[in-house]
Amino acid sequence: MSHVRRPAPKELQPVSFAFTPEYMEKAKKIIAKYPEGRQQSAVMPLLDLAQRQTEGNWVPTVAMDYIADMLDMPAIRVYEVATFYTMYNLAPVGKNFIQVCTTTPCWLRGSADVVETCKKELGIGIGETTEDGLFTMIEVECLGACVNAPMMQINDDFYEDLTADTTKAILDTLKKGEKPNVGPQSGRKGCEPIDGPKVLKAFCGCGAAPQDADASKGDA
Amino acid sequence: MPKLTVDGIEVEVEAGATVLQACEEAGKEIPRFCYHERLSIAGNCRMCLVEMERAPKPVASCAMPAADGMVIKTDSPLVHKARNGVMEFLLINHPLDCPICDQGGECDLQDQAMAYGCGSSRYAEKKRAVKDKELGPIVKTVMTRCIHCTRCVRFSEEVAGVGTMGAVYRGEDTEVGPYIEASINSELSGNLIDLCPVGALTSKPYAFTARPWELKKTDSVDVMDAVGSNIRIDARTGEVLRVLPRTNEDINEEWISDKTRYAIDGLKRQRLDRPYVRVNGKLQPASWDEAFAAIKAKVSGLKGKQIAAIAGDTVDCESMTALKDLMDKFGSPNLDCRQDGSNIGGPRSSYIFNSTISGIDEADVCLVVGANVRAEAPIINSRLRKRWRTTAGDFKLGIIGEKWDPTFKNDYLGAGPDTLSEILEGKNEFAKLLKAAEKPMIIVGMGALNREDGDAVLAATRAIAEKFGMVSGEWNGFNVLHTAASRVGGLDLGFVPGEGGLATNDILDGAAKGDVKVVYLLGADEVDTSKLEKAFVIYQGAMGDAGAQAADVILPGAAYTEKNGTYVNTEGRAQQGWRAIFPVGDAREDWAIVRALSGALDMTLPYKNIDEVRARMVEISPTFASLNVPSKAEWTDFGKAGDMKPEGFVSPVRNFYMTDPISRASVTMAKCTEAFVKEAAAEKVA
Repeated sequence: MSHVRRPAPKELQPVSFAFTPEYMEKAKKIIAKYPEGRQQSAVMPLLDLAQRQTEGNWVPTVAMDYIADMLDMPAIRVYEVATFYTMYNLAPVGKNFIQVCTTTPCWLRGSADVVETCKKELGIGIGETTEDGLFTMIEVECLGACVNAPMMQINDDFYEDLTADTTKAILDTLKKGEKPNVGPQSGRKGCEPIDGPKVLKAFCGCGAAPQDADASKGDA
Repeated sequence: MPKLTVDGIEVEVEAGATVLQACEEAGKEIPRFCYHERLSIAGNCRMCLVEMERAPKPVASCAMPAADGMVIKTDSPLVHKARNGVMEFLLINHPLDCPICDQGGECDLQDQAMAYGCGSSRYAEKKRAVKDKELGPIVKTVMTRCIHCTRCVRFSEEVAGVGTMGAVYRGEDTEVGPYIEASINSELSGNLIDLCPVGALTSKPYAFTARPWELKKTDSVDVMDAVGSNIRIDARTGEVLRVLPRTNEDINEEWISDKTRYAIDGLKRQRLDRPYVRVNGKLQPASWDEAFAAIKAKVSGLKGKQIAAIAGDTVDCESMTALKDLMDKFGSPNLDCRQDGSNIGGPRSSYIFNSTISGIDEADVCLVVGANVRAEAPIINSRLRKRWRTTAGDFKLGIIGEKWDPTFKNDYLGAGPDTLSEILEGKNEFAKLLKAAEKPMIIVGMGALNREDGDAVLAATRAIAEKFGMVSGEWNGFNVLHTAASRVGGLDLGFVPGEGGLATNDILDGAAKGDVKVVYLLGADEVDTSKLEKAFVIYQGAMGDAGAQAADVILPGAAYTEKNGTYVNTEGRAQQGWRAIFPVGDAREDWAIVRALSGALDMTLPYKNIDEVRARMVEISPTFASLNVPSKAEWTDFGKAGDMKPEGFVSPVRNFYMTDPISRASVTMAKCTEAFVKEAAAEKVA
C-alpha cells in the first residue's frame, strides 16, 4: 500500500508563498505558452515550480492559493489537481526523496530486496522520513522503466538494475553528500540487452564481423 | 432533429439532446445518480447504461448525444447485467446504515438498489471510511456514504458560484468536499441536500426528525422575499418540519434560498397564540371579545383621519383586502403597505419586474441600480448567473450602489445617482454596452427607491430605460426588485393612501404628534415603533416582534404556513399557497380576524368565506383574476424628474439571513448569521 496523502498539519504550513524572481520568470514563460483565456492549463507546471521552490520539496496550501490567484481560477480546482497527481507532495519530504517501484515487473526482478535494503539502511518504513531529514522513502506504481527493473527514483533521477548491494552503495554515496551515477547500476548501457547487443552489431563496432545481407535477414 | 428507436418506439428529439433524454421521451425511466438536468454532464456514475445497436459495449446514455438511426434497448439482459454490476460496485464502499440515515425513504441509491441490486454482497474485504466534513450550520455530512457523483461539486461551481466543493485525491482515496475546512458560503447551499442522491449531504436542522412517508405535503408559496418561490411544506401532527422547493421553471426552477428553507424554525418561537390587551401599561392575556371590545372603546367617536393602517412585508392579499375595506368603513384614507417609506406605486409598470424572471434568460446586458440582488433575491441572482454562464460570459452586468459579489464577472460602475446621470448622458463605458444591446434590462432595487428622492431616481431609471431602448415591442426590460412578499399585492390592491391620506412616515409622525390616535399594524414590524408611544396600537400578526411590543391590543394571526393565502411576487404574478397546519393556540386566519372585528364594530364586511374575499380581490385588481401568470403592464409615464441627492444607494437587506420577524426568531438563521455574516464582517475589519 502506498502511504496516505494528506495535507501537512497547520504547524508546518507556511503563512505565505510567492515565486522568487527566478521562478516567476519561468512561470511567466510557461503561462505564455497557452492561448489567451486558457492560462489555467498552466496549473500543473506551475505546481511543479512551486514544489521545486519550496524547501522540503512540497506544495503548501498557500502555494496552491497563490497559483489559483495567478491563473484566476477557484482554489479548489487547484487543490483537485494537486491532490490527484501523486507527484505533488502535500507535506514536506526529505532531501533525497526515494520512490521505489514495486509494480509487478520490478517485483519479479527483486524490488522487495530494494525496499528491504532501504528500510534497513535508513531505519525508516514506507512513507517515513529519517530523523536528519535526508531521506524519505515511498513505494510507487510503475515508473515506466520495466526493462531495467528493479528501479527506484531519487528526486529527478532514475537508478536502475538494482540489487541489494547497489542500492546500499547508492544510499551510502548520498549519505556522504555526493551524487551517485545515474542510470543502470549493472554496467549495461541504457536499456540494451543485459548480455550485450544482439542486432546491428556491425554499426556499433561491438565485437562481431560485418555480416552479409542474407544473414542479417535471419534470426540474429 | 435526430430520430431514433428506443425499445421499438420511434422518437424524435431536439438536436443536441442525449440518449437519456430520448429514452425519457419514449417513456422509459433510466436510473441515474450523477446526471441532473440543470447541471453539466459528468458521466461518472455509469448507472444509466443502455444497449446501443452496433456498439461493442453498453453506453452511458447521459453522455451520449442522440443521433439519427440509433437503436437503443433499455430493458435487455445486457442492460440489466451492466446495471447490476455498476450497482454492486457502488455498494462496495457504501455503508449499510439505511436505518439511521436521514435520506432513507427518499434515497436514489436505496430505490435503485431495490431495482438493480443483488440480495447479498460478494465483497468480503474492508470497506473504506471517510472523515466527515464541516460545511457550516446547514449541510450535515456523512461522507462515507458518498458515491462520488459530483452533483454537489457541479452545483456549487455552476449554480451557486462558490468554488468550495471539489473531488480531491484519487481512486479509492477520492473524497468529495473542500480540501481545507470551509463552510459553503452561499445563500443556496440547502439545495445541495436535495441534489445529493444518497445520504452524504443531509439537512442539519432536520437531522433525525422524521421519515418522508410520515409527512403531509402541502403546496405553498414562500414569503421570505419577493420572488415567490414555489415551495412544498412538509408537516407532521401540527408541526412544520421542513420546506422543500417545488419546480417552477418561470420562477425558482428547482432551487430555493436557505432562508426560504430554514427560517421555519422561527415559527416555533415568539409566537402570538392568544389575544392580549394592555392594562395599566402591561400586556395581559385576553379573550377575542375583550380584545375587540378594547378596540371598539377606542375607535368609537374617532374621525376616520385619526385612524391609520400599515401593512407589513409578509402579509397575504386577503387580509390586506379586508383591512382596506375596513379602513374604508372607518372613512380613513390613511393606509400604506410600504412600511419602508418608499413612494412607489404609480402605474403598474413602474413597480413590477416587467421582463419577468425567466426574461433574464433572453437579456444581454443588465444594469442593477441600488439592489444587492444576491442578498435580496438569491434566486434571481442565480438566474443572472445562469445567463452569464450560458452566454459564456457575454452577458454583462453593471452595478450601481453598494459593492456586492454576484458570483460572476461584473462591472462596478459607482455608488449613487451621479453614476446614474453619467449613464444617462452616455458618458460611461457601460452606456455603450447598453446602447449596443438587443435586449438590455435594468433592475432597480428598493435601495434606490425608498429614499426621499425616490421619485427622481425612478424618473432617472425610466429615462435610462427609454434612452437605451429597454422597452420595445414585446420586450420590457424595466424591472423593479422588491424585497417584501406582500408589496406588489398591496400596491395592486391599492393599499396606499387615498385622497389626502397619510403615507407611512406621515402616519408615524402624525402618531408622534398625537394627530393619529389609532394605528393598525398588520404584520408591520419594520417601522419606527418609538413614534407610536402616544397612539393606540393594534398589532395583528403571528410573531411577537417589534410591532407586538408596541401594541395596546394584540390580535394573534396565522403565519404563512397556517393559512390559505394569495401573494403577488415582484413580477406581478399572483400565486396561492395552501394551509399546511392550523394556526397555534387561539390564532386565526388574518382576513377572518379583520372580518370578525368589523362585525364587533358594527361595520360588518360583506364576505363570509375566503372565496368571497377573493372575488372582492378580483373586483379591485385584474391581477387576481389570472393566477400564476404575470400580466403585462402598459408602459406609461411615471416618476418625477428632479434633483437626486449625491449619497450612494444602500440596500435595505443588511443581513440576508434575518429580514423579517420569522427569520429573526429562527435559530438556524442565527447560526448562519454567526457563521457567514459576522465572519465576513470580522474579515473586513482585519
